Amino acid sequence: MTRLFLTIPALVLICLAGLFAALPAQAQPLRLQITEGVIEPMPFAMPAFVAENSAGAQFSEGLARVIAANLSNTGLFREVPRQAHIGRITSFDAAVTYSEWRAVNVQALITGAVAVQGNRMTVKFRLFDVLSGQQVGDGLQFAGTTDSWRRMAHKVSDAVYSRITGEGGYFDSRVVFISESGPRTNRTRRLAIMDQDGENVQFLTDGRAMVIGPRVSLTGERILYTTYETGTPRIALMNTQTGQRQFVGDMPGAQVFSPRFTPDGGGLVFSAARGGNTDLYRMSLGSGQMQQLTSSPSIATAPSFSPDGRFIAFESDRSGTSQLYVMPASGGEARRISFGQGRYSTPVWSPRGDLIAFTKQNAGRFHIGVMRTDGSEERLLTASFLDESPTWAPNGRVIMFTREAQGGDPSLFSVDITGRNLRRVPTPGPASDPSWGPLRP
Amino acid sequence: MTLTSKALLILAGLALAACNNPRAGGTFGGGGADGFGDTGGFQDAGIMTGNLGDPNDPRSVAHFQQRIGDRVFFTTDSSSLTSEGRATLEAQARWLNQNTQFSIVMEGHADERGTRDYNIALGERRANAAMQYLISQGVSANRMRVVSYGKDRPVEACAAQRCWDVNRRAVTAIAGVTG
Repeated sequence: MTRLFLTIPALVLICLAGLFAALPAQAQPLRLQITEGVIEPMPFAMPAFVAENSAGAQFSEGLARVIAANLSNTGLFREVPRQAHIGRITSFDAAVTYSEWRAVNVQALITGAVAVQGNRMTVKFRLFDVLSGQQVGDGLQFAGTTDSWRRMAHKVSDAVYSRITGEGGYFDSRVVFISESGPRTNRTRRLAIMDQDGENVQFLTDGRAMVIGPRVSLTGERILYTTYETGTPRIALMNTQTGQRQFVGDMPGAQVFSPRFTPDGGGLVFSAARGGNTDLYRMSLGSGQMQQLTSSPSIATAPSFSPDGRFIAFESDRSGTSQLYVMPASGGEARRISFGQGRYSTPVWSPRGDLIAFTKQNAGRFHIGVMRTDGSEERLLTASFLDESPTWAPNGRVIMFTREAQGGDPSLFSVDITGRNLRRVPTPGPASDPSWGPLRP
Repeated sequence: MTLTSKALLILAGLALAACNNPRAGGTFGGGGADGFGDTGGFQDAGIMTGNLGDPNDPRSVAHFQQRIGDRVFFTTDSSSLTSEGRATLEAQARWLNQNTQFSIVMEGHADERGTRDYNIALGERRANAAMQYLISQGVSANRMRVVSYGKDRPVEACAAQRCWDVNRRAVTAIAGVTG
């Protein structure tokens, strides 16, 4: 098929620093434009945070390490190691000696300060364009409790990332996933949530019941997932703030699974399998009203709303093999959008609305790919024995997914939408079915 | 003896071993149906007990599992019964029609070579195909319910064709004595 593009465009990092002196005053000099093609990652320096009181000193290094790791993990930035530094940041407000940073080829310099009073902490940072010798944007300050110190480091990372790339960040976000343990023939599966960098793992179910396929709401505090706790698969809705939990979407004699929130959070769409046929249904969480969206004598599952709530992408084998379709959110005629070789599954609409991520099976291999929402410009980002269940970072730049090596355990990986920067996401043991939550307020 | 019937015997043994493996149960369940299938036995206050009987006794559950065979297999991405599968289900139906006190959980399973949600749908299709065949052989639909585990309850864990072949299955799990 002519729509298949197997070449994977790489990434351009264009540093415009100092090149456009004649631009209007509001244009930021330090700029990393994420397009196609490749240039070097932008070198940055992240000295230890200045401790503004003695209690703050315990966080000086940790804050800097978390920020440096976040930026480095994007593949867009490269840390100039501390040993190479000539310049020293001993005061947050003292003037920066740019020549000392230019001498070690730093382009972006991040400075920070931390103060702690009791369990309260204040974190400040500034971002400097070393080449043009200017501060980028104003300094920013975050205040919170000391036990949320990593979140503050993520907030700084998001601000730095946004100022340089012009795109939204994704570091202060969490991922819901399934934590697995035990032998494969008798697996224990627990619903879990962690920070996007794999820290602060909390378990939300005890592992006695098989749970699969969680989806976190766009506001981040509710989770839909499929549970076998009463024998057959049912859909549970959990509020992580209150701990409340209820079954939703029960249908007599049917297996219900594959739940997703509507973009407004007021309902869900899910699959119900009965009599050898799997269809999509939509349910209002307020009224409990149920609406059947598909009625094809075939499998329709893995639904995903467009961010504006107008369309649902899903997979169906109505053509004979599993392919991707898009239909109006109220049901009705579905348009097939996948036409390449192989089978296509698990379409997931990008939060930006411009792309659909999917799983593709072809010639014994699995791929995570992206295509435009009309099916054009298909690009495969990964290839392995088994890749599946893509989920988008809140800024639509990164996809996390499940990868299982042949004969190995599943784990979580992330990849940039350009196909670069494939990384394993640390988890406490085998993990699957990630669902990436929103940027936290 | 065909390879498949050997596999059946081995699998029946595995199923028995699984039943002898006590696991925390209770209302949250161990993740399985309350049955003698791949994933459980009778559950009662966290202790599982399965009175399988002697396989030489034609009325025993052990006989159903080991001599008749409690499962049928499918080819990749298919829910069509094979002629071997139909023969197994016909023998199952004869036993079930003679031992009407038992209810049945028909488990549908898939191999790992697919995505999770699709495989739940495929497992349901397989379980339904096996159940419909039992109904056509006179087993009352009221005695049966379906549960699909998709790819998440394999009997064999190797990442190779020989394991996928036995994981694509529908298991007729004897679920207990009906009221």
